[in-house]
Amino acid sequence: MTSDQNFLEFINIQKTYDGENLVIKELNLSIARGEFVTLLGPSGSGKSTALMLLAGFEPPTSGTIRLNGATLNSVAPYDRNIGMVFQNYALFPHMTVLENIAYPLRVRKVGKAEAAERAQKALDMVQLGQFGDRYPKQLSGGQQQRIAVARALVFDPALVLMDEPLGALDKKLREEMQVEIKHLHENLGLTVVFVTHDQDEALTMSDRIAVFNDGRIQQIDKPITLYEKPANQFVAEFIGETNMLEGTVAASDAQTTRIQLACGASVQATTVEPIATGARARLSVRPERMTINPSSDGGNLLPASLVETIYHGANAMMVFRLPSGETLTAQLRAGNPFLDMTPGTAANLTFNLMDARSFACA
Amino acid sequence: MASEQVVSTPMPHAESKPGRNLKQELRRAGRRHQRSTLLLILPVFALVFAFFALPIAGLLTGAVNSPEYQQNFPRSAAIIEQEGGFNEAFYAALYADIRAADEARAVGKVGRRLNQDTAGFSTMLKKAARKSRKTVPAEGEHKAWFKSVDKRWVDARYQAALTRAAPAYTDFFLLKSLDLKRNADGDLTLVDEKKRLFVDVFLRTLTISFGVTVLCCLLGYPLAWTMVQASPKWRNVLLLGVLFPFWTSLLVRTAAWVIVLQKEGPINTLLVSSGLVDAPLTLVFNRFGVFVALTHILLPFLVLPLYSVMKTIPKDYMRAAKSLGARPVYAFFTAYFPQTLPGLSAGAILVFIMSIGYYITPALLGGPKDQMISYFIAFYTNNTINWGLASALALNLLIVTLVLYALYQRITGGNRVSLGA
Repeated sequence: MTSDQNFLEFINIQKTYDGENLVIKELNLSIARGEFVTLLGPSGSGKSTALMLLAGFEPPTSGTIRLNGATLNSVAPYDRNIGMVFQNYALFPHMTVLENIAYPLRVRKVGKAEAAERAQKALDMVQLGQFGDRYPKQLSGGQQQRIAVARALVFDPALVLMDEPLGALDKKLREEMQVEIKHLHENLGLTVVFVTHDQDEALTMSDRIAVFNDGRIQQIDKPITLYEKPANQFVAEFIGETNMLEGTVAASDAQTTRIQLACGASVQATTVEPIATGARARLSVRPERMTINPSSDGGNLLPASLVETIYHGANAMMVFRLPSGETLTAQLRAGNPFLDMTPGTAANLTFNLMDARSFACA
Repeated sequence: MASEQVVSTPMPHAESKPGRNLKQELRRAGRRHQRSTLLLILPVFALVFAFFALPIAGLLTGAVNSPEYQQNFPRSAAIIEQEGGFNEAFYAALYADIRAADEARAVGKVGRRLNQDTAGFSTMLKKAARKSRKTVPAEGEHKAWFKSVDKRWVDARYQAALTRAAPAYTDFFLLKSLDLKRNADGDLTLVDEKKRLFVDVFLRTLTISFGVTVLCCLLGYPLAWTMVQASPKWRNVLLLGVLFPFWTSLLVRTAAWVIVLQKEGPINTLLVSSGLVDAPLTLVFNRFGVFVALTHILLPFLVLPLYSVMKTIPKDYMRAAKSLGARPVYAFFTAYFPQTLPGLSAGAILVFIMSIGYYITPALLGGPKDQMISYFIAFYTNNTINWGLASALALNLLIVTLVLYALYQRITGGNRVSLGA
């Protein structure tokens, strides 16, 4: 009766702390067994609250959470069998590393010898096998977070929650840990709900990403879909960089929408949802999908002048100004001859219909 | 070219013995820093030393220092020191001492000191001084003269007391403060059962202090925990409630407890009028009153360090423990409570040490059987002017406190506790 597709379900969840403002306005989400789902969003978007509800530290105001077919609402946190990794690690400072990892086993009255063996195994799994007798304070941040991961996995939880677990680590270590957690997920077949505000982290690690804003999921999709086909303006702007240009809809059907831009150009974009003719709309194009056209023919052509070029190593951002005063960036690979253009030079920017999306103005 | 040379000249010099120069520089900078730090604390240090450390050290030496006899009766003291025995020469010297002391009006001082050892000496001395003004014993008749004045002068018991009082330093007061004495042979013995007092008082002091500490822990821990959990508004209200007694005079608080707990006080009135008890209970001038008031007065000293430690413990620990499967009570005792131990023990040791030396509250709220060691120190200091015994008791109190503190440091591993946290 339980389907692996609906291993974890949020059904019509609402949450308010003060009885006035809904932190989560409406949440419906299904997660499959073995899936790695990231809740991504700015702070205050409701993503961490969703995790608190799931862990059982807060009750939902209305709605149902189901895990493996059983309702979780009235199950106490300590009976949920959900492993959790906290941002500040939450390792018990008065216990050694091994005692920390054995803690969930001790709670479950696992025999001493077996507990020690399983804890050691979990410690080996995160490659810190020789650090069992140390205290958490004697380890680096990255090592502590690995211990926290081992502790959350050692009791074979049905589900693993991670609340911005890499937020306190520096960039390089964070990227290492992302890969390591991803491998643990794959090798152990874990179901993971991961919360972060870092979109790169979300894109790197997740099977699917749920983008939260304003107490709702704005879009839930695979990373590539989220990036290539954002469902609305918020997602387009939140994930990666994007150029937004305003205009009036000239024509709109199921496939393409023609927009008359403020700068005077008339361009075509892929339709997300048909928009009424004459309505205000926004056009979104990724900077790396912008090209500089040496000639002045072809569709989707925007005449502009270069403001500045910002060098990033592997690539560079070229900032252009349109006749309307709006700015537009184009990302070019290093070595592209156009990078030598001097500011003030006029150029024609073009983009493909497939790379542009139109959103109705709210 | 020229500028390069200028820049490069110091380099070989600095590189030739860089370690030495650097170390010297560092030491010089360190000394300068130390000097300025010392200068900053010098006034406080001088104040504490002159008006606190020195007087206390002086008082404590009073526990073994008894110069009265030697200073005022130097001739007889010298004979006792040389173990000359209580012969004619001794009594002749004693007579000369009494005459000299009588002239200098110092007989009373010596009498008081001797009386602290063996009762009766004061009268004996006064009588001898009075008679010595009128009669001068003939050569070789001094011992007989003393015997005729009071036959206790030749009694071995009183002679032993003179022997004990003659040296400038004595263990008499220290022994007495432990209910011990030296018998005629100089061996240590317990004092008569009826006269034993101070060991009992010490044990009573420790018992009351321990009880107060336990009560403070039991009441203070939930309070501190509630303060940490409460919303900022309620936290301030609770904090104010804890601090308010702090800002009230100790005497006022103690007096208030007398009023609240007395036979006609509000508590007894309430108990009787509600029919819970038939007759008013005795709530004050007994051990109960001491416990209630001391616990109330010392509670902030437990709550504040504990609160400051609890405040730094993130909520995530309890959550982590629960997510790992621990029930709330188990999670509390395994994940949270051990982390609060530094604060709890700092508070507990503070309360214990403070209550061990508390004076006013037990003196005003306790019965005769509830007086603590400080009461006796005050009694011997103010009432009987027996500073030797008072000093000995104070020294014992200090030693017991230090020993307990050291023991406690041993047990808790030392560096985990910081008073005042």
